[in-house]
Amino acid sequence: MAKIKGDIVIDIERCKGCQVCVPVCPNDTIAMSDKVNAKGFKYAFKAQDNCIGCANCAIVCPDGVITVYKKKMK
Amino acid sequence: MEDIKKAEYLAYKKTEVLTDKVLHYCPGCGHGTIHRLVAEVIEELDLQHKTIGIAPVGCSVLAYEYFNVDFQEAAHGRAPALATAISRLYPDHAVFTYQGDGDLAAIGTAETIHACNRGENIVIVFVNNGIYGMTGGQMAPTTLENMKSSTSPYGRDVKMMGSPMKMSELVANLPGTHYVTRQAVHKPGHVRKTKRALKKAFQYQQEKKGTQLVEIVSNCNSGWKMTPNKSNQWMEENMFPFFPLGDIKTPDDK
Repeated sequence: MAKIKGDIVIDIERCKGCQVCVPVCPNDTIAMSDKVNAKGFKYAFKAQDNCIGCANCAIVCPDGVITVYKKKMK
Repeated sequence: MEDIKKAEYLAYKKTEVLTDKVLHYCPGCGHGTIHRLVAEVIEELDLQHKTIGIAPVGCSVLAYEYFNVDFQEAAHGRAPALATAISRLYPDHAVFTYQGDGDLAAIGTAETIHACNRGENIVIVFVNNGIYGMTGGQMAPTTLENMKSSTSPYGRDVKMMGSPMKMSELVANLPGTHYVTRQAVHKPGHVRKTKRALKKAFQYQQEKKGTQLVEIVSNCNSGWKMTPNKSNQWMEENMFPFFPLGDIKTPDDK
């Protein structure tokens, strides 16, 4: 079992679908949706449950839409 | 699965120094990241109550809408001149300008150079994307040799249009500048380095050390006509050989 468990919350209505967050994720947790938000952008979403809470996606996101949670598991 | 979306496990959240307004920038534009880094540094140094920003003309003309600090809009290129006045009137405040390459390196070259030469106690955040983004991708002083833009459709011809200008190297030669650095924000490692550079710049400004210039090489995917990720790759391959990243002038050099 992973020692660190992370989770992300994406504000999909603010996401502009630039895809900058996708290549920086070490575990391919984040992916682009086929659906669009109210503005018509294909938004990013959490595709897999293997987030490690590194916050790479959040710090490169130009629009600051990603919130990251991280917990050390015992 | 255990739900860890609780405040005690929060690792990263958009800072409160930025407003909740949705940024008007194109998807993937580096401006958003740079705005957030400046806001995070202001928050970490506890300067929100005494920061005055100067907004430029260019893509970031609406920067005052996004920061929860005092802001003043300057005439095109005149942000360092306005910052001079504000930092002299309020010497203890954190005064910073946020300028693009059209503002700082084209119409505002004189103001920038003279403010740096006088050593005004300000932070200049210089976003260099090698093009005039807001007006439709025209050639800027920082456009690379042979780089295509809407006013140099066959590529920049150095014989006719001159060479691209390295503003940071130029002002680093002046006695008034204290800290001059060039960074980027396209990858997480670079974002972290840029944040450290901005933090240093604001700390030096608070210590009244002189002019601090942080140049950030950024992308303009709309102006370069590429996808955001491709423009970041293009920037690495073409911009960085001409605009090498790293500190250009540090206080230890003196």
